[in-house]
Amino acid sequence: MEPLSNRSKKVQKREMTFAERAYLPAIAQGLGITLKHFFKKKATVQYPEQTRERSDIWRGLHVLKRDENGAERCTACGLCAVACPAEAITMIAGERKAGEEHLYREEKYAVTYEVNMLRCIFCGLCEEACPKAAIFLQDDKLAPARYERDEFIYGKDRLVEPLKTTETK
Amino acid sequence: MESVDLIYKAIYILVIFGITLLIATYSTYFERKIAAFIQDRVGPNRAGPAGLLQPLADAGKLFFKEDFIPAKANKALFVIGPGIAMLVATMSSAVIPFGENLIVDGREIWLQAINVNIGVLYVFGVVSLGVYGLMIGGWASNNKFSLLGAIRAASQNISYELAMGLSLIAVLMMTGSLSLREIAEQQHGFNWNIWYQPLGFIIFLICAFAETNRTPFDLPESEAELIGGYHTEYGSMKLGMYLFAEYINIFVASAVMATLYFGAYNFPFMLELEAWLADMLDSVVAANNIVTMIGVGVMFAKIFFFIFFFMWVRWTLPRFRYDQLMKLGWQILIPLAILNVVLTGGAILLKEHLF
Amino acid sequence: MENLFYFLSSLTLLCALMVVISKNPVHSIIFLIITFFTISGHYILLNAQFLAAVNIIVYAGAIMVLFLFVIMFLNMGKDERDQKTSVITKITGAIAGGLLFVVMIAALKDATLQPVDVDNFNSQIGMVENLGQLLFTKYILPFELASVLFLVAMVGAVMLGKKETGERHF
Repeated sequence: MEPLSNRSKKVQKREMTFAERAYLPAIAQGLGITLKHFFKKKATVQYPEQTRERSDIWRGLHVLKRDENGAERCTACGLCAVACPAEAITMIAGERKAGEEHLYREEKYAVTYEVNMLRCIFCGLCEEACPKAAIFLQDDKLAPARYERDEFIYGKDRLVEPLKTTETK
Repeated sequence: MESVDLIYKAIYILVIFGITLLIATYSTYFERKIAAFIQDRVGPNRAGPAGLLQPLADAGKLFFKEDFIPAKANKALFVIGPGIAMLVATMSSAVIPFGENLIVDGREIWLQAINVNIGVLYVFGVVSLGVYGLMIGGWASNNKFSLLGAIRAASQNISYELAMGLSLIAVLMMTGSLSLREIAEQQHGFNWNIWYQPLGFIIFLICAFAETNRTPFDLPESEAELIGGYHTEYGSMKLGMYLFAEYINIFVASAVMATLYFGAYNFPFMLELEAWLADMLDSVVAANNIVTMIGVGVMFAKIFFFIFFFMWVRWTLPRFRYDQLMKLGWQILIPLAILNVVLTGGAILLKEHLF
Repeated sequence: MENLFYFLSSLTLLCALMVVISKNPVHSIIFLIITFFTISGHYILLNAQFLAAVNIIVYAGAIMVLFLFVIMFLNMGKDERDQKTSVITKITGAIAGGLLFVVMIAALKDATLQPVDVDNFNSQIGMVENLGQLLFTKYILPFELASVLFLVAMVGAVMLGKKETGERHF
């Protein structure tokens, strides 16, 4: 058969030299390589005591911010849910009642706000979409491993930033 | 033999037994540490300082695991298997001279459990029995993979025993003695056998790897093909005993290599050091004892180097294929060993006639 | 010493009997190995350490491993084990064994043991050096003939095991 292109190369099986066939020089070489690694600096990070340094723009666990008075910034506009490519965010909007001004900044607020951490891809588009600067992805927290799937649906109880006054940490 | 001598001997044997077990225990720790270091990790470091209590944790785990015997296994032999492996492994350190003599109360104590004049043959015989533990255990498990592992172990041990024996013969021709103590004594100072028997040593080393079932010859337990090989069905401390026996075998093989080729407890300038010490301390006995203790230290340093070498090779080389193993044993090592015997014989004759 | 001898002897006989009696071939092999050990014990009692060691290395360490190897490979199942031996086989076996026994008694009855010359007895006769001296001086011809025999056996084994051209191995 005619070759389609003339790029094929004839592979030749080279006869091994005596040193290669004797195998021992190769073993010595291999031992040298492993010995070099023996004295190398170790790559291990001692995790619980020591954490790997993260980038400044690391996108971790979500947080719903409060304003300077401690009222929730979120107005349940739904832009984050629209922006979310993984459709991880759901919310129900509600009207602020009289006497709740210290709790919610605007007249409309999110009654429930849930992020499914199993769906979330931590892309940060919600953060970009938010007109009220309410949702952010923290750079120091991760969604930890859990035993049950429903525990990965984070509600407002776990998403809203704790009040400064009640913060005990 | 007087009763005092007997007591000293008993203490010495107990000490050697304890040291053997201790070294085997910590070999597991160092195996993991060395593996980790070679792979740029740090290894076990949680149990105790630098993970030094890890062997205890492992042993504790093995002891408390369920002692499982498969329903269709041959129960008696299934239990005896690891026992034989362990017994044979611990027996072989009896004839190894770990040092010269100590003088206590004008009494010479030789740092060797039993000095038989066939020491080399004793080690050789006991090592050749080691395969029974594997074979019986593998067969009694009533498992195809175990049986294959056992069969591999048997054929591998028989094949490499031949080359090992032939490489030994060259050493025996040089020293003219089968007693390990005499072989050690003849390598006084820096007159080690390795300078005369480099080829023999390499053959012996390769065979030692094969006899202890270590990588690159760990085909009897190759996990990729045979699950766990002969110890597939074993769990808890019975498995622990197999693993333990392997480490004891490494220790013994290292000790034998150090004795036969690397001058046992001998180190350069030991006579000069002894004379100088005797001058300094004004006591021949103290000088002798100090030099002996240094010799014991040197012996153990050599042993530890070989144990390290075993592990170093394990984490460097991949496993051989079975036909490669057999080809290496029968077609390369045995002819080389015979060549070595012939060369050694010729050299001895030349030396006798020329000088 | 004498007690040890009797203990070893009875153990040897017991294990040798068990080799024949036990139903499982692997058990037979293991008893045979123990028999070799007790025989080595006898050699040590006779101050023949070299023979003891070589007996263990060669027989217990190598040949018995091969026996065990082959029996494991054959994997004697239950069907072979449970086969009843017929009465005729038993009778003929008993007769043959009894005849051998009679012949042995007849042969040994008149045999007299040479008394040991206590004064000239060399207790080191079993050591390696003496054995080697004897083998390579007085018994050099039988020794070399035996090695030639081994060589012939080895060549034969290689010839049987050699792959012939065109032959396929699976």
